[in-house]
Amino acid sequence: MGEFKVHRVRFFDYMPSGIRALAFNGDTERMAVARMDGSVEIFHCSDRFFQEKIIPGREQCGIEGLSWVGERLFSAGLNGGITEYDLTNQKVKYTIDAYGGPIWTITGNQQGTHLAVGCEDGTVKLFEVNEDKIQFERNLDRQKSRIVSLSWHTSGSKIAAGMMDMIQIFNVETGHSIHRMLADRGVGTSRSKECVVWSVVYLSDGTIVSGDSVGMVKLWDDQTGTLIKSHNVTKCDVLALSVSQNEDSLVAGTSEGTVVQFQFVSMVLGKDDKEWVRTRTFKNHTHDIRAVAEITTAVVSGGMDAQLVVKPLLDKIEVRSAASALRKIHFPHRRLVFCARNSGLMLFQYPGHLELWRLGESEGKGIPGSSLFVKRNPEKLLHLKVKGEDHIRCSAVSPCGEWIVYSTASSLRLYRLHCDNNNVSITKISKLPKVLSSANQLCFSSDSSHLFSASTQSSVHIVSLSQSGCKFVGTLKPKSGSHQAIHLLAASEDGEWLASANSDHEVHIYNLQTRKAHCTVPVYSSAVTAMGIHPTTNCLFMMYADQQMCEYSIEQKQYTDWSRTVQRKGLHRLWMERDTPCLNVMFNPQNPSHVILHDTYMLCIIDQSLPLPDDKTQFYNQLTLKSLTEDQRKSHSHAFKVCKTFKDILCVELISDQSLVVVERPLEDVATQLPAPIKQKKFAT
Amino acid sequence: MKITGLSHLFKWENLHNWWLTKYFFPPLFVLCTSGDSVKVYSTRTEEWLHSLQGHTNQVTGIALNRANHLQVYSCSADGTVKLWDFIDGILIKTFIIGYPLFAIYVSEKHDGIVFLHIAMDTDSKNECFQLVAVHLPKSAEQEVEAKELSAVSSRISPNPSCTAFGREGQYIAFARHLQLNVYFFRKQKTYSFSLKATDKKGAKNAFTCIACHPADDCIATGHEDGKIRLWRNFIHTKEYTYSTQHWHHNAVNTLCFTPEGTNLLSGGIESVLVQWQYGAGNRKEFLPRLGGSILHVSTSSDGQLFCTSHSDNKITVIESSFKVCGVIQGLVKGDAVLTDLMIDPRSKALVLNGKPGHLQFYSLMRDKHLYNLDIVQQEYIYEAGLDQFEVVKAAFDINGYWLATVEERGQKSSDLEFVLKLWAYDERTQSFVLNTTITAAHTDRIISMCFSSSEETTMLVTTAEDGQFKAWCQGADADTQQDQSFWSCEFVGSYHNLKPTNCSFSADSSLLAVNFQEVITIWSPDTWELLTTLCQPPGVVRDLCFGRLSCSKYLIATTTRNLLCCWNLLTCALEWSTSVEVSKLQPDPLSENVAAFSYQSKHTDLFVFKPSEPRPLFTHKNMCSEKIHRAVFVPREEPLNNCDESSQWLNRSQLYFLTQNMDLLTFSTATEEDRMLSSSKRLVIDDSVAVTPFYLLLGKHRQQQQKLNTPSHPAADKPQQPQGSVTITELLHTPAHVLPAASVLCSMLVSSLLISNTGVRKDPLREMESSEQEMNSEKEEEHSEEEMEACDSQQELRAQGSVDEVTPKLSKAQERELKRIRKTDFSWMTGLIDSKP
Repeated sequence: MGEFKVHRVRFFDYMPSGIRALAFNGDTERMAVARMDGSVEIFHCSDRFFQEKIIPGREQCGIEGLSWVGERLFSAGLNGGITEYDLTNQKVKYTIDAYGGPIWTITGNQQGTHLAVGCEDGTVKLFEVNEDKIQFERNLDRQKSRIVSLSWHTSGSKIAAGMMDMIQIFNVETGHSIHRMLADRGVGTSRSKECVVWSVVYLSDGTIVSGDSVGMVKLWDDQTGTLIKSHNVTKCDVLALSVSQNEDSLVAGTSEGTVVQFQFVSMVLGKDDKEWVRTRTFKNHTHDIRAVAEITTAVVSGGMDAQLVVKPLLDKIEVRSAASALRKIHFPHRRLVFCARNSGLMLFQYPGHLELWRLGESEGKGIPGSSLFVKRNPEKLLHLKVKGEDHIRCSAVSPCGEWIVYSTASSLRLYRLHCDNNNVSITKISKLPKVLSSANQLCFSSDSSHLFSASTQSSVHIVSLSQSGCKFVGTLKPKSGSHQAIHLLAASEDGEWLASANSDHEVHIYNLQTRKAHCTVPVYSSAVTAMGIHPTTNCLFMMYADQQMCEYSIEQKQYTDWSRTVQRKGLHRLWMERDTPCLNVMFNPQNPSHVILHDTYMLCIIDQSLPLPDDKTQFYNQLTLKSLTEDQRKSHSHAFKVCKTFKDILCVELISDQSLVVVERPLEDVATQLPAPIKQKKFAT
Repeated sequence: MKITGLSHLFKWENLHNWWLTKYFFPPLFVLCTSGDSVKVYSTRTEEWLHSLQGHTNQVTGIALNRANHLQVYSCSADGTVKLWDFIDGILIKTFIIGYPLFAIYVSEKHDGIVFLHIAMDTDSKNECFQLVAVHLPKSAEQEVEAKELSAVSSRISPNPSCTAFGREGQYIAFARHLQLNVYFFRKQKTYSFSLKATDKKGAKNAFTCIACHPADDCIATGHEDGKIRLWRNFIHTKEYTYSTQHWHHNAVNTLCFTPEGTNLLSGGIESVLVQWQYGAGNRKEFLPRLGGSILHVSTSSDGQLFCTSHSDNKITVIESSFKVCGVIQGLVKGDAVLTDLMIDPRSKALVLNGKPGHLQFYSLMRDKHLYNLDIVQQEYIYEAGLDQFEVVKAAFDINGYWLATVEERGQKSSDLEFVLKLWAYDERTQSFVLNTTITAAHTDRIISMCFSSSEETTMLVTTAEDGQFKAWCQGADADTQQDQSFWSCEFVGSYHNLKPTNCSFSADSSLLAVNFQEVITIWSPDTWELLTTLCQPPGVVRDLCFGRLSCSKYLIATTTRNLLCCWNLLTCALEWSTSVEVSKLQPDPLSENVAAFSYQSKHTDLFVFKPSEPRPLFTHKNMCSEKIHRAVFVPREEPLNNCDESSQWLNRSQLYFLTQNMDLLTFSTATEEDRMLSSSKRLVIDDSVAVTPFYLLLGKHRQQQQKLNTPSHPAADKPQQPQGSVTITELLHTPAHVLPAASVLCSMLVSSLLISNTGVRKDPLREMESSEQEMNSEKEEEHSEEEMEACDSQQELRAQGSVDEVTPKLSKAQERELKRIRKTDFSWMTGLIDSKP
């Protein structure tokens, strides 16, 4: 497997932001997730929950609600504006002020014609959804208190609104209230506190389900405006509700971190009189659950502890497989750490700033597994704050460590780093070509002479960098295909090839000499999560979200033999069952047959010269190999060598002195920085 | 003569009393299995009414006949199912199945069919049970062979609570280990659902019990880790669903839905009955501190009463408002009997370990639990695996004034704690009061203790593992200068640093024998002088006792090397010895007899002998298969006059012994048996018929008339015994609220108390009859003495009240009432009046 000196980096204090809202689009199988910092992420539910798109947030932009209208995504927040997103280019399309104070909730009707928002001033505002914009239509009857939650009836003619101490049903035609249903306050001391109806769900059969701050899930009849049944779910708040598409199951998220499922089951088998019955309880969160969504085969929940939990519903899954396992998504499926390979610098990307660190140095040699004495501590060289309110979308540092570039939704900034002795200074390159206004992805060539910037329409701009400044060289455009934003770029070592991958799973390869599109890798059904071009063979190695891997020979424009063997023989079951995508592909220059991969939990070296394991062979065979003699080892070893020494890995990079940099972010550290959860009495404490 | 045990004599309901089943529309009776019989108790008075006897082996299950609510099925390991009329205690039918049966279920939908558990393979050790449906043939014969067996399932748990019938008997749910199966009769299809053995948090998911909702299709299951799951939608193998509730911290032993299905009751080792509101999530009510761990819960068919049976041999009757309204307590059964069996010299009650940390007093004469004496005086925590104080030794002095107890904690661990307590009998409160607590009586565990048997001075001798024996005396404490005197140590003795094991006083307390391993030392308690040592190696002395009465010069000892020795203390020489392995030596305090239990080749033999002669008086080979460690002679109230040589030794006292299975057994003579049977029969006739005002006025009347027609009417014939009058017994045994007004009864009562002075024709035959009855009724009188007193005073009060009420003016309603009474047929009174001149 080879021995490496490893820099174990734990000083990247990345804090994932809490999840505030979820919206599921059943047609496209996409889950939109809004976080506390205002960013919106799109996950592909049928592609192992790969994080396809990230729209970075802004300062002071608290999103409170998300809603799909067809394939368009809208959000509303406490800044009082309604925002539509441009999902193709992964940015905000426009923001309209609703003029009703902070908006607490937004929901679209099933017909896709109207959006309703609930405002602080007690109004429910209806917006008409037009081709390219939304247009304010009218207000429903104004109420005294803020509107906290809204839900449309399937017919689109009625809307239920949850507010302080009550639920109102509005007739959308007239705008008047039909029913006013009072939610009980808690008993004892909490009687003086008003009851907040955090969430309402209007079912097609006329039942209204509400979740409130008293901890009750209540079922109301909209004809009579009466309470049908109430379930005491928790002692604290029920913050979120979600109903399945066929309305036979309902989930409620509580501030205790539990998700409670209700099911619409017949009390007497074979008969039709069904009732909502509380069934299962899932506890996968430590903190408040702010949003839940029941999708076809799973319950997705997110909250203050910043993890997205996908709990599969086993009764709805046809075949149990790795794709349908419980998954917890802690970290973005994008790289946040960049390494200047030749100078030992690390660039950490935070939402609002960048940090540049110099790696420490160690001395001596140790036996494998031991830790070396640190001669020089790692050093923070730079703290670069973002200008403006937008958060960083992408950033990069050149391999030589001289250039730093980052891009927000509105601007791109390129800096030149001067590093002599202990003095570090940067100069901003002022005159940037106009095309470099914003980038979806940034990448330097291996000799640091060029900057590649992925732009709109899946195009890539090339800028040459020199001491004097930078110069626009040209634009690479795909021959045809989609115009989705590029999320991955990979340049070859010899400066000849550039590969780009976009959200439509297309991988284009460009010849940098001719600045023409060279070829397109056959489109696979799963998204590319990481790729790299081999320094010697110029083969493009790709990892997919469903854990498949491909090697594509750029020169021959076809899959390599090794890749075909992999496809034919299939990968090992244990490999396919991993639940986080591979985030980086590296090559060991000293051993061309080695490919280094990593995901959140492990580091893997694939030796292409060794036979592939089949399902009968032991996959994690490091320990067995150790106990065998040299001769026997040969017959037992296979291509996959997995190292699980490191946990919660954000990035692994191989730098030029043959040492590995492993950036870890232990989840325990993240948990300690979270606010304290609701105190709960535990048995026997 | 025969060994009786687990019979009508004892309420020693075995572990099998989980079959405490449902009772009936007026929730009057509760049935439970007890050994080879089914016992019927009244829920109102908590009295034992009668037993249903007839099975020849352990009764394993009972179930109400759905077609006739006055009948009950019982099944037994003897391979029969019997149908009883439990109110009259009559065996209606016997169905012979032919296999040992382990549980019975009936369903309202399956008329004439019972479901039984039978063992699939009797030889194999892994218990494999089968659920079979048996069609009970309809024939007029008493004994029918039922051969129509059809197997329902073979995946049955040995635990009978793991099977239950669903709504209207449409399906049956049964669980085994981690699998729940639901079998639908109509579709003839089984649906199976399994759980993982453990989840990440280490929960133990195995099923422990099942209950089905009476109206909805909902199955409640209890689990080993204390969870309760409510299963729904179980006609889909995949879309089934369940909700989980968790309150119990240990296995759920029993689950039961109330008949309306509004509540679910659950119980476990915590001895807390939990009532879950059905459909309301985790809203629940608790009824804590019920005693031992709850083994079974059942409800009456109208839902008014709940019943729980407990591991300490107790049935608690609970109202639906969640209040305990009655406790039926048998001989309290703890985890183990650590103390000897003892007889309280005052109350003649049997004393042994009862509730944890308590001594129980159990009246053998009346077969009734008297009370528990709290020795440890600490709250007992019902949880498995806790090390708590337990009473390990107890001893009474000869008059019953003093009780010495030793409690211990930490037997398993190294840090042993023990306390010696002395209790004085308080005449005023009629119970034992703590007098002295000695925390460090010895430096190591106390092995045995005994009181001196002399009348004047009471002395307690304790021997301990620290190599010493100590004598404790009661002496006035000079410091405190109180009237009360406390116990203090008088003498510490040891012998060559050997470990003393047993100690015993001679009958007149002039000698104390303490054995130090192989050596028996004889001490004089007055001077504390070592008189002599006796030794018969090899073998450590296991048990020793002095002879009584004419044999008091003898000392008997058993050794571990299977030797029974008898020394003559006058000559200090070995009188005789014999090679027999004795596990327990028990002298009779009222005679010279000594009982020795010998355990050889897997069965116990009993020898009764007099120390003066080495030949046994009585031998009973192969008495039982367990080792006997506890036995006691219980003095009889009145000696028997048995001429039969073999049973002469039972004339003055009765021998009770406890097996390792915790069965309390006794020897009884044939005549006793007969008496017992007849008395129980009489009880059946007298008490079990529900006494209603109707019965009292009409039924009784008819009877009286019938009796009138026959000249030899016993009631009329024995006016000398007014207490024996049927009318009065009737009156006193009827609940007050079903009696007619006192004014109606008054004259009847008075007239019945009048002594007729007509010349009674003496009929020798009849006299014998009546004397027989006398004897029986005398016994009953004991029961109801207190009751009667209370009643009498009440009657007096009422009588006074009626005097005051005599007013010339009568209201219309009263007049009407009077007319009504006048019209009522009081001719039955003539039956009583006629007996007067």
